[in-house]
Amino acid sequence: MIATLEQEESLQHANSRAVVASLESVSMNYGEVRALRNVNFTVRSGQVVALLGPNGAGKTTAVKLLLGLLQPNSGKARVFAGDPTHPQNRMRTGAMLQVGRVPETLRVREHIDLFSSYYPQPMPLEEVLAAAGLEKLRDRKFGDLSGGQRQRTLFALAICGNPDLLFLDEPTVGLDVEARRALWEEIRRLVNHGKTVLLTTHYLEEADALADRIAVINQGEIIAEGTPAEIKAQTSGKRIRCITELSLASLLQIPGVTDVKQDREAVEIHAREAEPVVRALLARDQSLSGLEITSAGLEEAFLALTQDNNQNANRQD
Amino acid sequence: MSTAAAVLSNTQIERSPSHSLTIYLKEAKYEFLKNLRLRVYTVSVISFPLMFYVLFGLVLNAKESIGSTHVPTYLLATYGTFGVMGASLFGTASGLASDRGLGWLQVKRASPMPPFAYFVAKVLVSMGFSAIVVLLLLVLGISFGGVRMPLAETAKLIATLVAGSIPFAAMGLALGYFTGPNSAPAAINLIYLPMSFCSGLWVPYMFLPKFVRQIALALPPFHLSQLALGTVGAGFQQSTATHWEVLLAFTLICLGIARIGFQRDKGKLYG
Repeated sequence: MIATLEQEESLQHANSRAVVASLESVSMNYGEVRALRNVNFTVRSGQVVALLGPNGAGKTTAVKLLLGLLQPNSGKARVFAGDPTHPQNRMRTGAMLQVGRVPETLRVREHIDLFSSYYPQPMPLEEVLAAAGLEKLRDRKFGDLSGGQRQRTLFALAICGNPDLLFLDEPTVGLDVEARRALWEEIRRLVNHGKTVLLTTHYLEEADALADRIAVINQGEIIAEGTPAEIKAQTSGKRIRCITELSLASLLQIPGVTDVKQDREAVEIHAREAEPVVRALLARDQSLSGLEITSAGLEEAFLALTQDNNQNANRQD
Repeated sequence: MSTAAAVLSNTQIERSPSHSLTIYLKEAKYEFLKNLRLRVYTVSVISFPLMFYVLFGLVLNAKESIGSTHVPTYLLATYGTFGVMGASLFGTASGLASDRGLGWLQVKRASPMPPFAYFVAKVLVSMGFSAIVVLLLLVLGISFGGVRMPLAETAKLIATLVAGSIPFAAMGLALGYFTGPNSAPAAINLIYLPMSFCSGLWVPYMFLPKFVRQIALALPPFHLSQLALGTVGAGFQQSTATHWEVLLAFTLICLGIARIGFQRDKGKLYG
């Protein structure tokens, strides 16, 4: 009871928070290629929002629009209720982008020193180094860093200005498990200090672990939006795996079964609810073995969402 | 919602002039360090003009004269121009082409860096490396070539050559906007080396074939070398003002082209 009250309060609180970044009916083309189609999207203060989607879905384009690096063909990108390119809005924004080459002959601390100088109230160097786990690498030249260390340096450049709003485009690509967890911790700490974070990722686990809200994007359209729990609920269901003599066709006729697939010697059955289906299975096949039931995780939800979306798109074509 | 928006827009932060100056200085400082540590840059930009000067000015022709000018002194002006050109073109074009093509410029543009600071730093650092090349040439000439010049004349030569870095830095910016990360160095060499030859930077102008001499008149390095030669009393033809005017016009044209590139990049995926 108390928990529900708290949840309701936090929900109300979330909706009353100011919008710090938004895409309003944004469409964006690169020549013939449509990168975003009528996208509406908001990031509220103090939240971590994840843009989740496969490669080429339009995640990076969305981030670049919000950073003012691209101009939409139609619609509006707004940051702090204003123009993303305005210097005063940029002073409150930090960004970690995917970059091909960073000047390699400058040292980690020199890169940070330069980027810190752009901001009115930067974090002290030591704090930045600690936050990005770079204390021991401060004097290392960028060219001598490993892939993960480079990512951490780019993260340091994004946060060094102590910005209110942070854009992280695929921040944990190339990081090992430990470094990824450390970065997650750091992102949580920043949000606890009142920062707002928009991150893009194709790691479902990452969106699930970090985000208050997830927007699933596919082929330039936002196909689902909500809390991680809500996204999962959109394709709530169970996956039943077993070895059975029943044919695929007869399995499909069991009430509640949505999909059946042969997987090597076993079959994989998707169902809205597991129990009635399992009861029916056991009744019809005495020799059934290897029964496993798992709930559809975010991964399934994501795959289901993007597959539906792709099928619809194909049908329209 | 309306109050929230008001709160958001009220927290305006103004950047003081001294803060802006700090940014420009840091940008230039790190641009300088970046290039200084880049062996490809320092080797090609500093050692080539010095090597040529040692070979053709100190080892081979040290006792000769061109007109009434001692060869080591004459070549100081022409190899000085050659060095300035290299330092400026490589200092701007290759860095810009790579920063543009490989995404680093976007990271900087997404930050609150004043966009102008990036370009000013490149031009200042080109001038800095030009000064280093010219000073090293002077040290060699004075130490081993018997170059003797009054202090005022020396200062004028240095000032002329360092100022002459600006047109080529502008040219480098234009090139950097129309070449890719891999093609930039080749494109620079393709322009830099023939232009140097045709402008009389390697072989003195009067020894060039007639048709090359006619081409030279249209080339900016020729005009800078004439200004530099003028400071050591070896210039000829047109007045000093004409040479400066040509260089100024060339600078403006290059900046115009660079601006077209800058505008073209805006709104593109990479740039």
